[in-house]
Amino acid sequence: MKYMMIIAGSEAEAPVDEERSTAAFQRIVEWWNGHEEAGRIIEGHQLEPSSTATTVRIGTTGSTTVTDGPFAEGKEIVGGYAVLDVADLDAALSLAASWPAPSTIEIRPIVERA
Amino acid sequence: MPDRGSVDERLDTVLREERGRLTAALVRILGDWDVAEELVQDAAVSALEHWPSDGVPTNPGAWLMTAARRKAVDRLRRFARYRERMHLLTAEASEMDKPIATGGPMGADDRLRLLFTCCHPALNREAQVALTLRTIGALETAAVARAFLVPEATIAQRLVRAKRKIRDAAIPYRVPDASELPARLGEVLRVLYLIFNEGYLASSGQVAERRDLARDAEWLVSLLARLMPDEPEVLGLLALTRLHLARSDARFAANGSLVLLPDQDRSLWDRAGISAAMEVLARAERMNRPGSYQLQAAIIAAHAISPSWGATNWSAIVELYDALVRLEPTPVVALNRALALAELDGPAAGLAAVEPLAGRLSEYHLYHAARAELLRRLGRSDDSRAANERALALTDNPAERRLLEERLQA
Repeated sequence: MKYMMIIAGSEAEAPVDEERSTAAFQRIVEWWNGHEEAGRIIEGHQLEPSSTATTVRIGTTGSTTVTDGPFAEGKEIVGGYAVLDVADLDAALSLAASWPAPSTIEIRPIVERA
Repeated sequence: MPDRGSVDERLDTVLREERGRLTAALVRILGDWDVAEELVQDAAVSALEHWPSDGVPTNPGAWLMTAARRKAVDRLRRFARYRERMHLLTAEASEMDKPIATGGPMGADDRLRLLFTCCHPALNREAQVALTLRTIGALETAAVARAFLVPEATIAQRLVRAKRKIRDAAIPYRVPDASELPARLGEVLRVLYLIFNEGYLASSGQVAERRDLARDAEWLVSLLARLMPDEPEVLGLLALTRLHLARSDARFAANGSLVLLPDQDRSLWDRAGISAAMEVLARAERMNRPGSYQLQAAIIAAHAISPSWGATNWSAIVELYDALVRLEPTPVVALNRALALAELDGPAAGLAAVEPLAGRLSEYHLYHAARAELLRRLGRSDDSRAANERALALTDNPAERRLLEERLQA
């Protein structure tokens, strides 16, 4: 069963202290590599900060508008994602709960067409 | 010809028990909730056709499974994906005779797995409640709707949405392992207690209590206690619901007004029910793993064994509340503790413990009602009146409104 793990959080919360920041990053790298080697993460990436985001809206008539910023303005900004391949929702939830940084994570099943 | 009345009664009891088991077994075998429910419905209809004249069979579970299998042959022949599973239904009929399996998660009754799925934290509370009553409690959709005073279409939609999420998000059908069990069992108990409370003191509408729903909840908790006999909090909740139900005949006056504990006629309490519930609580306490349902039951038990309000052992009750506040530091628990303290040390001490909760409980009618009562005892009648008016503005329950109106007229 494949799920998209969407990792969001407050961009302001990033630790300022360089040493702590390196340690926090190191924990994430270890977490990621472990699950990737075990085949539970198929792929995924960290995203650049939301200040680099651009939103394209396509209306019902096909007209498009391009605006600066992410699509949802809020405190929680999507900062990365992973595509998971695990047995069931419980496995996906326990994997998400072990993400080693303060975050809000959404788990969504991926539609797989035969 | 068997006696009609006794067959009907036995039939209801057996069907209730076996429908849930059959649903759970079919969900496991077929992996499809909707098909499982249809087959259970068909089997139940067959039972209602045959049992009243033939009598309830010796092995009703096996009988129903066989009937479900026969219906499944008719209905599912067309679907290749079910064909391979059909033979499993035959094997299952003999399994249904066996007594309820307990012990480790692998040997658990299918209903236990299904209950954990129904109360999965990935489903919202309303969906958990509706699914639990519909599948484990074997209530018809219309009955669930009546119990919660919402249109049948709303419940039907909730059930469809929840079952779709279970399927599409792959919510598993299993008893959680030991590391997850405390949190997940807590979730199941919260759902069952919510159903009980909704029945015991309805939060809205024209009916003050829906004792059928409270009894359904008690049945579900007793089922869970049979399936997980070594979990003290399950027994704690069972004792709690039974202690409440044992006193339910004294809770309403002839005019429908709510009668609070100090004013209840204790001779109306079901003494046998109280002692049976206290045995359950004692069994839980011997396991030496205290928890909030056990403590709540112990508080109710302390009241239940007291011959009168005046003779109540308030220091024991305050001590139990102290332990409960440590486990569950919520303002509502603190309010109840404050009221027990008022009985032990007087209304001034009670009020001093109640008032710091004002900020967090300003929208809770019982906060204002409790404060009004303490103010009245302290002789501050204008303040008491204002607090009662505030409480009245915050509740829709007809019995509670009547009681508050009576207090305002006094």
